[in-house]
Amino acid sequence: MNLRRDVFQAIADPTRRAILLLVVSQSMTAGAIASNFDTARPTVSKHLQILTECELLKQEQDGREIYYHINAKKMKEVAIFIEPFRKMWDDRFNKLETIMKKYKSK
Amino acid sequence: MERKTKIRAEDGKQELVITREFDLPLELLFKAYVEPEIVEQWMGTKVLKLESKKHGSWQFETTDPKGNKHMFNGTIHEFIPNQKITRTFEMENTPFGVQLEFLEFEKLTDDTSKLNMHIIYRSVELRDQMLQLPFAQGINMAHNRIQDIMNKLK
Repeated sequence: MNLRRDVFQAIADPTRRAILLLVVSQSMTAGAIASNFDTARPTVSKHLQILTECELLKQEQDGREIYYHINAKKMKEVAIFIEPFRKMWDDRFNKLETIMKKYKSK
Repeated sequence: MERKTKIRAEDGKQELVITREFDLPLELLFKAYVEPEIVEQWMGTKVLKLESKKHGSWQFETTDPKGNKHMFNGTIHEFIPNQKITRTFEMENTPFGVQLEFLEFEKLTDDTSKLNMHIIYRSVELRDQMLQLPFAQGINMAHNRIQDIMNKLK
């Protein structure tokens, strides 16, 4: 059992990113979230569990239903939406650096 | 792992700043923004046009893994070698509109340099959407579903 989940590992998965993007606009039940995916329901549940464990999602009881919503504080803390954007530029700049180092030695 | 590339995107603002220090002399860093063959390599795009001068324009064409072509274009407003490029940037056929970019190149030592990229968007919402774009990519859902989600984020 892995209690200390890595948030960046959590968002590395495209399905989990899709779940976060869905829930960002409104709180949703597990069933409503699962209906957006072709994946089997238990798989979606597993993703929800991981996202909840690393505190990106929060659960809220409303009558008999459990709603999932974004934990805005955590999302901000890890600048999670920004990290893939930062990485995209970091990869480009790393490439630039490598290319120009070779260019210099020519 | 050291994070060389830094992003500053304050809440509720329609701008962001990307900074990066390079193990490269200033002249080489600037060259990587001017020579079309070099731009093609590190940006992973085809350069159709790149007129590096005041009133010049540029046009890139990128092919995604599915083979779809995406066009990008803009105009160069200011071009000072080894110092500054001011330009516009637009992804064609997207709702994102045009953005304004201020690129400043700075010498740190003989072998190191720094890039400061200041980007201004038309609105806070557009900036946030652009920031989330790489995050949203790779989602295995029908295209209209993604479009739906992106619309909700507006």
